[in-house]
Amino acid sequence: MSQVSATVLSEDDARELANRILDRSGAAEAIVQLRSSADGYTRFAANEITTSGDATDVTATLSVRVEGREASVEFNAFDDQTLVSAGERARAMAEVLPVDPELQELLEQQRYHEVEAWFEATAGLDPAARAASVRTMIARASGGGLVSSGFLARRASSVAVANTIGLFAYHRSTLASLTTTVRTRAGDGSGWAGDTGADWARMRSPDDLVERAVDKATRSAGATAVEPGAYTVVLEPTAAGSLLQLLGFAMDERAAEEGRSFFARPGGGTKRGEHVTASGISLVSDPGSPLLRTQPFTDDGQPLARTTWVEDGVLTTLSRSRAWADRTARQPIPAGNSLLLDAGGSGSTDDLVTGVERGLLVTRFWYIRSVDARSLLYTGLTRDGVFLIERGRVTRPVKNLRFNESVIRMLGSVDAAGAPVRVVASESGGLGAAVAVPPLVVRDFQFTALSDAV
Amino acid sequence: MSRRDFVHGSSAAVAALAAVPVHVRGIEPDPRAAQSPDSQFRMLAMIGLDAARTAGASYADVRVVRRREQAMSTRDDRVTGLSDAESLGCGIRVLVNGAWGFAASRVVTMEEVRRLAQQAVDQARANRQSVRRPVELAPVRAFPDNRWVSPVREDPFDVSLDEKVGLLLGANAVALGVSGVRFASSSMRFVRKESTFASTEGSVIEQTVYRSYPQMTVTAVARDNADFQSRASGEIAPLGLGYEYVRAANLEERALVWGEQAVEKLSARPVEPDLYDVILHPSNLFLTIHESIGHATELDRALGYEANYAGTTFLAPPADVLNTFRYGPEIMNVQADRTQQGALATVGWDDEGVAADSWPLVKAGVFVDYQTTREQAGLISEHTGISRSHGCAFAQSWNSVPFQRMPNVSLLPGEEGHTLDDLVAATEKGILIAGRGSYSIDQQRYNFQFGGQVFIEVRDGKLVGMLKDVAYQGRTPEFWNSMDMLGGAASYELGGTFGDAKGQPAQANAVSHGCPPARFRNVRVINTGGAS
Repeated sequence: MSQVSATVLSEDDARELANRILDRSGAAEAIVQLRSSADGYTRFAANEITTSGDATDVTATLSVRVEGREASVEFNAFDDQTLVSAGERARAMAEVLPVDPELQELLEQQRYHEVEAWFEATAGLDPAARAASVRTMIARASGGGLVSSGFLARRASSVAVANTIGLFAYHRSTLASLTTTVRTRAGDGSGWAGDTGADWARMRSPDDLVERAVDKATRSAGATAVEPGAYTVVLEPTAAGSLLQLLGFAMDERAAEEGRSFFARPGGGTKRGEHVTASGISLVSDPGSPLLRTQPFTDDGQPLARTTWVEDGVLTTLSRSRAWADRTARQPIPAGNSLLLDAGGSGSTDDLVTGVERGLLVTRFWYIRSVDARSLLYTGLTRDGVFLIERGRVTRPVKNLRFNESVIRMLGSVDAAGAPVRVVASESGGLGAAVAVPPLVVRDFQFTALSDAV
Repeated sequence: MSRRDFVHGSSAAVAALAAVPVHVRGIEPDPRAAQSPDSQFRMLAMIGLDAARTAGASYADVRVVRRREQAMSTRDDRVTGLSDAESLGCGIRVLVNGAWGFAASRVVTMEEVRRLAQQAVDQARANRQSVRRPVELAPVRAFPDNRWVSPVREDPFDVSLDEKVGLLLGANAVALGVSGVRFASSSMRFVRKESTFASTEGSVIEQTVYRSYPQMTVTAVARDNADFQSRASGEIAPLGLGYEYVRAANLEERALVWGEQAVEKLSARPVEPDLYDVILHPSNLFLTIHESIGHATELDRALGYEANYAGTTFLAPPADVLNTFRYGPEIMNVQADRTQQGALATVGWDDEGVAADSWPLVKAGVFVDYQTTREQAGLISEHTGISRSHGCAFAQSWNSVPFQRMPNVSLLPGEEGHTLDDLVAATEKGILIAGRGSYSIDQQRYNFQFGGQVFIEVRDGKLVGMLKDVAYQGRTPEFWNSMDMLGGAASYELGGTFGDAKGQPAQANAVSHGCPPARFRNVRVINTGGAS
């Protein structure tokens, strides 16, 4: 057992502590979420290790209910005095609230899918192991006359949910992320590569990633401008995933039925049953997928199972909160905590490039922000490697561009897709949401301005 | 709506943008007084320092932090969330042969602090082989027994929840009373960060930092659900003040105007894409300053330390740009400042024990200095003549490593004493933009695209009506050099942002930016509503 295994609460320890918290709270009705974690990371830049850290924590969120009202307190100390006062505080807070007509009853014990997400290879990434991985990356970049930077992070954690009518759910997991940006010494080229997953042993190796970033940095030097406008693009999975995940947040039935969402149908209702992406595309959440491996329950203990949101391009499902289900006399559909886009494709980014007559190859996007919620229009910029594709071959590097593009229009313009892979979905390059997407060929992607940034 | 009502509405819009009448200067009590030391945390910090030294550290600092955050949110007549979170823990940072190590834990006991010190030293040793240039820290004065507290008049955690909830639901009710408004949501968020810092330089510093942030969003939906428009409370900035600020923000009174503006936006004219002179209200300009000056003048970016996420900066290398790069016109002066009363990044000392500083970044349009920490100051001292740190080290909580973060960065007011009305009156074809909207900028801080909350067309010196779907684009150096009019001291306001992310793992910093309204010539404006 690695050292971090001892600092992450086991199922038995979590159950015992959760029960003690509920008991000491003195609350007749309460729910507690218990999160324990061991985080470790090592950063490097300018071809040296700059920072590293290890931190452990256990946090409880106790929500106490008093006659149809609920308030939450969060704490990370577990002596009896803290627990008693946490319960008192939450109760006092709840008592001043108006009755909440949307508060749902506590759930009884549910059945959950088993998701295997703990890997010792990830838990065991201690400072020495991290430093050794980073050292090989620095050596490769500096040996090639380039400047490397990057971030290796791992988290080992557990989550438990328990309530006063006997519900208990537990999940433990590991997650690692390794990203690197390699730049030319003159600052005229930059390349990025990264990978993330529950199992460090199955992730792309540090050598592989730095090789990719070195190659991109070298080939991106001396980029020249192309005119902003509509281009066919080959989006690497990271680029596609950073846009796709924004769709997940918008797929809420209530927002649609209340008219404040792209998925609202003019005149009332939702766009369920309508084509929202190109044919052949499916969009699912699936805690058990080997690419995703996420927690199989929600914060209030609802089971999470595979849910299909879009099937063959048609919107089939929107998430429905328990409150909205109650109000509309339907079954709840919890929002997913993972997203997988599959278009039945196989093959890599390179395979897709060969089928493009003229277009741009995009490594990743940066600073993506909502511009128009009505059309799911976002802006952002390309970064760390954009290349012109001519007659099925990458021919030269081009300067970065700003896009203003709707995620819906993008998914409606997919001409080809490869095989889905897990991507580093967070712009911060750290441990982020579980998103798996294939590389995509998208026609008429809208670039609106040039950027001088490298 | 008649044209007269329309124009009236636009004028009201400008009136509604007035700053919150809180006097952020000269607040009693003296922030360096008060608060008794927590002797237990001081003792633990000393034990941590001793253990680090014994284990071989040449430098160490210990931070014991108790962070409390209260948040409540409402929608219409419901309280949708009420939480009160407290997190306590200890982090120890050490230098061994010029390599850093850091370890942190929620367990605040003597045994654990000793274990953390050893763990941090072991980690630094693991890193040492990959350190090319051993870290050298700039000199710092010791502050052996010092305290600082944000200048709050009313501790937000002492105010009853009844009162807070009543205020939010009351504001929602006012907004929902406006015909056409379908949803109103509002929230309050308060942070109190109490820290005990001790370092092997001989400092022991206790600080309590407060932040308060009331917010509201009002949404109007067209009758056929074909359009919806929101108005967020962009001009109500988060500040380093107490509940007195929430009272002064007066959400109930403002909710009426925000509701009317949300409805007005449904029928506002879509902007014609073109070049316009844009007049940026402080509630919008603060974020443009944040993105295109605040982040661009971070020294860690210039040195490549943040290349893998936050990015680098066009202001590099330091030797080529310090004292020579023309950022903007003569009237442009930008000050970095961690002493500004009521601002979010204001402290007594930074997270490595450097006293709060105030210094120019841009003087008469020329770039003159960066933001620095102790590790960085010496790297550019030959160009700046300054060998001490400007005190920009910050860590979000006990479990995060301090690194270079943005101080308050503010555009100083112009000397002519112009008002917002003067700027409007002098503009032939322009758009007045207020409030915080969508914003995006590249990783070297060149190309940006910013939106807003309220857009009012200016024609021949007059406000003529509301526009929608507006965003302005630019390239930072050209944009700032196109600034030709600045408001005076009376028009200066503080804006700010609560959760500015940087670093790996990402940490959230809170920072304020003061500025007057300013006019920029021939800025490219695009229409963002055309994709639907």
